[in-house]
Amino acid sequence: MRILIYFVESVKIATNALRSYKLRSILTTLGIVIGVTTVITIVALIQGLNKSFERQISAIGTDTLFIDKYPWIITSNTEFFSYRNRRNIPVNYAFRIKELSSLSKAVAPTLYSRQTAKYKGRSSEGVLIIGTNADYLVTSNTLPEIGRFLSDTDVEHRRSVCVLGWDVYQALFPNSDPIGKKIKLGGKKFKVVGVIEKKGAMFGNSMDTNVCIPIGVFQSTFGVRWRSCDIEIKINSPELMDDAEIELTGIMRRLRGLKPGEDNDFNINKQSMLMDTYKRLTNTLWAVAIGVGSISLLVGGIGIMNILLVSVTERTREIGVRKALGARNHDVLLQFLIESMVICSIGVIIGILFAIGIAKLVAATTPIPAAITLWVVFLGVGFVITIGVFFGIYPASKAARLNPIDALRYE
Amino acid sequence: MLIDLKDIKKIYEIGGTVKVPALKSINLVIGKNEYVAIMGPSGSGKSTLMNILGCLDTASEGIYMLNGSNVSDMTDDELAEIRNREIGFVFQTFNLLPRANALHNVELPLIYNGTSSTQRKKQAKEALEKVGLADRMDHKPNELSGGQRQRVAIARALVNNPSIILADEPTGNLDSKTGEEIMEIFETLHDAGNTIVLVTHEEYIAEHSDRIIRLRDGLVERDESVN
Ligand SMILES: Nc1ncnc2c1ncn2[C@@H]1O[C@H](COP(=O)(O)OP(=O)(O)O)[C@@H](O)[C@H]1O
Ligand SMILES: [Mg+2]
Repeated sequence: MRILIYFVESVKIATNALRSYKLRSILTTLGIVIGVTTVITIVALIQGLNKSFERQISAIGTDTLFIDKYPWIITSNTEFFSYRNRRNIPVNYAFRIKELSSLSKAVAPTLYSRQTAKYKGRSSEGVLIIGTNADYLVTSNTLPEIGRFLSDTDVEHRRSVCVLGWDVYQALFPNSDPIGKKIKLGGKKFKVVGVIEKKGAMFGNSMDTNVCIPIGVFQSTFGVRWRSCDIEIKINSPELMDDAEIELTGIMRRLRGLKPGEDNDFNINKQSMLMDTYKRLTNTLWAVAIGVGSISLLVGGIGIMNILLVSVTERTREIGVRKALGARNHDVLLQFLIESMVICSIGVIIGILFAIGIAKLVAATTPIPAAITLWVVFLGVGFVITIGVFFGIYPASKAARLNPIDALRYE
Repeated sequence: MLIDLKDIKKIYEIGGTVKVPALKSINLVIGKNEYVAIMGPSGSGKSTLMNILGCLDTASEGIYMLNGSNVSDMTDDELAEIRNREIGFVFQTFNLLPRANALHNVELPLIYNGTSSTQRKKQAKEALEKVGLADRMDHKPNELSGGQRQRVAIARALVNNPSIILADEPTGNLDSKTGEEIMEIFETLHDAGNTIVLVTHEEYIAEHSDRIIRLRDGLVERDESVN
């Protein structure tokens, strides 16, 4: 009860004192404002980036491996040129892998080409033609919305059939049934057997402008036998990813005829690699947040300490009077610590408001859904208590230790 | 007895080398409901003695018993509690908080013993009524005259019903007419049962008391009753 009464009183004393030094107090909080704004804005940005990255990357299953000529992440030109000299991966590897692998439930070879799709005067440009097999349905988590996906017989008999992405369907068949209609891709006619549900975009590329056709037809139509094939593999379950990677490496080395000691001339890619690269990127952001944030908080904290030291000196007589009337050392200590925390919380509140504004602006003008949530409040309270106490303790204990008679005599 | 000083000495050390013996050996007993005036030339140790009596300062040597407890070996916090509970101090320079109004200034001692806000306001108003300032509660010190300020200070000193009221030259900064008014308040407080010790160097002020203690060079020169 006593402590509560005294706490309330200390907050009143602090706000009164600050009110009489408005400008000085606001200037003091500037460092805290900058620090808090920086940290919270960057954290909000990182959270926004995480959300959008996770949303995009979710199209790549955690239980899918990709055998490619190139690794997904190449950091230099020299690296790129060394990979370019590798032998291409032929389409038939996909069929061999399917036979040999015990941990894979679907294996899809894929070849890509950008073409224009046409139907009766309507056209859709920049369509991504994917030559593949029936397993692609599983490896790419695809669901047909209308009709069906490519079947094994379509692929075996090299039928000229296609499955449209949602946007291609919308562009070519705005108000008619596409099933059974023949569209033109690269000068050749393909019968539409199905439409894939809407999938959205991944890293800026729409996945709804894809068109899937049997791989054999792709090879004969687009004449790209020299191109390397990417093989998508769905593993029986996500826990088997590591085992599957080992198994597939062995199979690939055998197919390639690599001798022990020779380097792999292919890469096995997976979602977690993108995740790792992304994490490295956000770690840099974190470092900036922590760097800029802690420097400005340090500067802000020293500012608070300075202003409190001035305040203690100016109010020496007041401290003397309070002590003469019965204030104990820790009552005075608490009074100045609370004053420190009140100044600090002004800075934190202004900083949070700025950060909210910046996050709103970012969310409105960029695709990053930066947002500030309840955790900000906890972070803010944490800042107030740590900075307030850390930088307030020295001036406050200086005030608390004052001898009443010396303080009263102070001019 | 309320106050019992045994062989109290106070030596100020200046810069660690020069020693000023302000009180040489004070032996003094003051009982309940006494009204004592301390007199003496400037520098004789009056303020030093008052500060020790008021537990604002501690003696270099000797034993000080206040209301049955030995104050000489108390900690800072214990002394703060004694100041809060047992002592009402009135200063020559008033020592009011300039930014707080009269009511809040009088409330201060009650904040440090955990009295609730409503109870504080009630007691502070009663104390201000006793010194005739009920109509000046909302005024800040710079909106009050010297005499009024000292009356606020007296209200503050008695708000917590202390065992003893100590006043170091309470009229020193006031003109003689206002000084008389302040002395009337002390007289009323004494009549109401309060114990009062005050320092003055005006004979006519000391006349109000029942007993005059004269100090010289840190020693009690004379201790006599007033008829
Ligand atoms: N804080 C101090 N430091 C050093 N000497 C002091 C201090 N306070 C008082 N004195 C000295 O102690 C003596 C008594 O002072 P004081 O008690 O203030 O006298 P009075 O109130 O009777 O005028 C004086 O010589 C004075 O100079
Ligand atoms: Mg004096």
